[in-house]
Amino acid sequence: MALLELKNISRHFEVKSSLIDRFVYGRPISMIKAVENVNFIVNENEVLGIAGESGCGKSTTCMMISGLVKPSSGEILYQGKRIDQFDSDENRLYRSQVQMIFQDPYETLNPRFRVIDTVAEGPRALKLWPENEIVSRVDDILDAVGLSPLKYAERYPHELSGGERQRVGIASALVMEPQMVIADEPLSMLDVSIRAGILVLLKKLALERHFSCVYVSHDLSILGHIADRLMIMYLGQAVEVGPTRDVIQNPKHPYTRALIGAVPVPDPRSSRAVPNIIGDISRPIDPPPGCRFTLRCPYSDETCSQTFLKLDTNQSDKHLTACHRQDALDS
Amino acid sequence: MSDAAHKTWYQIFFRTISEHYQIIHGNFLGRIGFWVIAFFLFVAILAPWLAPHEPWEMQYDSEGNFASLQMPSWEFPAGTTHLGYDLLSQLILATRTTLIIGAVSGFISILIGANIGLISGYYGGKIDEVLMRFTDILYGMPFLPFVIVLIALFGRKLEFVILAIVLIIWRTSARVIRAQTIAIKQRQFIVAARARGCSDFRIIYRHILPNVLPLLLLYASFNIAWSIITEASASFLGFGDGETISWGGMLYELWLSGKTRVAWWWFASPSLCIILLVTSLVFVSRAYEEVANPRLRKR
Amino acid sequence: MNSKPLLEVNKLNIRYQTQDGEVHAVADVSFKVFPNEVFGIAGESGCGKSTLIKGIMRLLPENAKMDASSIKYKDQEIDSMREKNFREEVLWKQISLVPQSAMNSLNPVYKVGEQIVEAIQAHTSQGIKEARERVAELFDVVGLQSEFMDSFPHEFSGGMRQRAMIAMALALDPGLIVMDEPTTGLDVLVQERILRRILEIRKQIKSSIILITHDIAVIAEMSDRIAVMYGGRIMEQAKSLDLFESPCHPYTLGLKNAFPSIKHLDQELISIPGSPPSLLGLQAGCPFEARCPFSSDRCKKDIPEVVVKEKFHEVSCFRHTDAPELREHATKLSTWHY
Repeated sequence: MALLELKNISRHFEVKSSLIDRFVYGRPISMIKAVENVNFIVNENEVLGIAGESGCGKSTTCMMISGLVKPSSGEILYQGKRIDQFDSDENRLYRSQVQMIFQDPYETLNPRFRVIDTVAEGPRALKLWPENEIVSRVDDILDAVGLSPLKYAERYPHELSGGERQRVGIASALVMEPQMVIADEPLSMLDVSIRAGILVLLKKLALERHFSCVYVSHDLSILGHIADRLMIMYLGQAVEVGPTRDVIQNPKHPYTRALIGAVPVPDPRSSRAVPNIIGDISRPIDPPPGCRFTLRCPYSDETCSQTFLKLDTNQSDKHLTACHRQDALDS
Repeated sequence: MSDAAHKTWYQIFFRTISEHYQIIHGNFLGRIGFWVIAFFLFVAILAPWLAPHEPWEMQYDSEGNFASLQMPSWEFPAGTTHLGYDLLSQLILATRTTLIIGAVSGFISILIGANIGLISGYYGGKIDEVLMRFTDILYGMPFLPFVIVLIALFGRKLEFVILAIVLIIWRTSARVIRAQTIAIKQRQFIVAARARGCSDFRIIYRHILPNVLPLLLLYASFNIAWSIITEASASFLGFGDGETISWGGMLYELWLSGKTRVAWWWFASPSLCIILLVTSLVFVSRAYEEVANPRLRKR
Repeated sequence: MNSKPLLEVNKLNIRYQTQDGEVHAVADVSFKVFPNEVFGIAGESGCGKSTLIKGIMRLLPENAKMDASSIKYKDQEIDSMREKNFREEVLWKQISLVPQSAMNSLNPVYKVGEQIVEAIQAHTSQGIKEARERVAELFDVVGLQSEFMDSFPHEFSGGMRQRAMIAMALALDPGLIVMDEPTTGLDVLVQERILRRILEIRKQIKSSIILITHDIAVIAEMSDRIAVMYGGRIMEQAKSLDLFESPCHPYTLGLKNAFPSIKHLDQELISIPGSPPSLLGLQAGCPFEARCPFSSDRCKKDIPEVVVKEKFHEVSCFRHTDAPELREHATKLSTWHY
């Protein structure tokens, strides 16, 4: 049984319009369809990468998994049970089991809290253990992320570097021994020579502590290194999923091909194909039915704009694509 | 090992106190304000022992004459009233009243204002609407007439004076703290706190409140200053507390006596005290403003 | 590249006076940019690359002091030029800048075309009609449709705004364009398009480009020659190919390990321990010393001289002679984390 399963998850936001627009001009309410009918599963002990550009819905998906935002439709199942049907005890348990690591190390810590307070906050709020046990667990986790408690526990955020702050963020998520960690672009705001350290740390901790991870990023080079399986999203729809190596080396969906082709390689000797794609990305406001990539896709046909082939969640290990024009692409 | 590394709660408490001390003293004006307030506090606490005479006792000067309307002298450093009362004693005892009213009104009003601001800002929606409309209605109330009406209706007692002041003064701090709460609640560390499992209550009071504290303290000093002025104005118009004496009350007595044009010393000392204390409070709040608004700090 | 350099900078130093003391942001930087080439300056935040270019363009804040042996553009000393002359003759006409977060520097209440016209008219005596024609030309060069000239910035996407800023930089046909983090914050596909377009522009108008970024992959793809900066100094500079095939400086070696590549998914990622140095106060020795696995006592005290290994390949490291050995050791995890 999969640890986490998302079934037909959608999230729509209303675009606030003026009363004049609504009643005088009779314009209907616009909807931002940030996430549309997304299916995927996350198994135990695996890292699922979610890749896509801005506006693809990956951050919103993160927020829905962690329970901070409610889906507009669809079900999220954790260990087989629907999370919207939890009672307060189960909710509390879910909170401690599913944790998040955030993107901006300069904003993720309360400037008034010492490191020890930030890391201990989760267990204290959920009353997981008695105070002295919490303190000793905080010390342990700080050690595990490479921050010596003697040096760091009493410090305030403004006394820490970006990399150190991000480690505190990781410690605060992991102190509760979660089963699932959602990482929302944790490296993008760190210096390049520091990123590798945090990435390696995350990988090591995931292996040692047996948690699954949903790693969201726009950087495919990073995802290539940490994700076991990779899912590509475009404008709220999941277009391809499969083992990372397969998706990167044999991309099936035209968007994935374009994306992979566009990633710069830190080696002047290598060359890459020019991505075959038209136009600029749009916002997912009142999108047409069907595949949202249609207008930019060089292979699109009539059917593409009408229906969208959803990915079949049950076949978790296979390399799947939501494109029905696969033969045209391969020729 | 771990116990030694972590500070106890009283260590943190002392550190916070010293932090605030630094804030106030870091600013030149703040330092002046602090010492003036400290002086008045000292006088207020030791008032009964410091006052040389009874406030409403007819005094006689060294020659045995009735000491009416005497200018400031060695015997009566602040002069006397037309009934021979020693103004210095009155001044000293009035300090206590004024400070009590000021402090109590200031703190209660900030307590109400801060909580309404935090709750309104954090929850938004209907709660916000209701609370803010309520605040708006109170904004429409004219300051002094309202205070006067309340006191006229319910009597000239100390508690009513405080109540009347509090009811008006909490409004501004509520609006401002609401605005800052809204700004802070969007920030990532608050989202992170929710992700860690904190309840709304915990987030408001444990996570957001420490971050609005500088603004809060700024308005606390402001509120105290405003309370003192309001009380002085109300007392001057005859609506102050009947039992005790305050600086405004002294001015009221002066006005009643009809000797305003003659007894400049009677006018000078309470007015000076009001100006000094209120200005000092404003200086202290200026020091907090630099913390709350980092742009004001020197590069 | 056998011709005379377009821009020549010798021993440039920039110091800031702050409340906490003096910050030596750029130290003894020397480099050349030749005609018709892309010169990349790579480095992390705080290494001084943006400060360096702002210094040359005289856009530093008041508390900064700059001094250099010489800064020459087309063999003319621009370092000692008077402010007025520099502004009228060099800035924008000879050297132009696409600053960091340029896409956010457009004034939201004016149309985009208007803003470029204004920039043109400020530096030349062109009339509005001429200027508008020029803007239409520029839009074409950067790949924007000319209808968008009369749109407002909020109607442009991030990528489009960045192109508009590039258009503004090209307006007066400068010989040298400096781009500071031109694609940071943009999506991958947009970034790819803009970078490709920059290369096309360079072919078309034959100016040189200085590209400043922390993204090693972008610099590898775009640059002909690269300078690697750290702690305010240039650690190594070489032709792109040379830098990647035979790097000499430990910092360059460290960066190679720390950058994941989509082509080498099996690569072992090794981070450089520690963090970038504070440039406050007196700086003794090599800035990379604290994080360098090959450092010696000498590195703490003395600053390595610039050594020319081959034409266009310069290193600042005492151990440059051991380069092949260092390259070997650098690939092992234990070298960096012990």
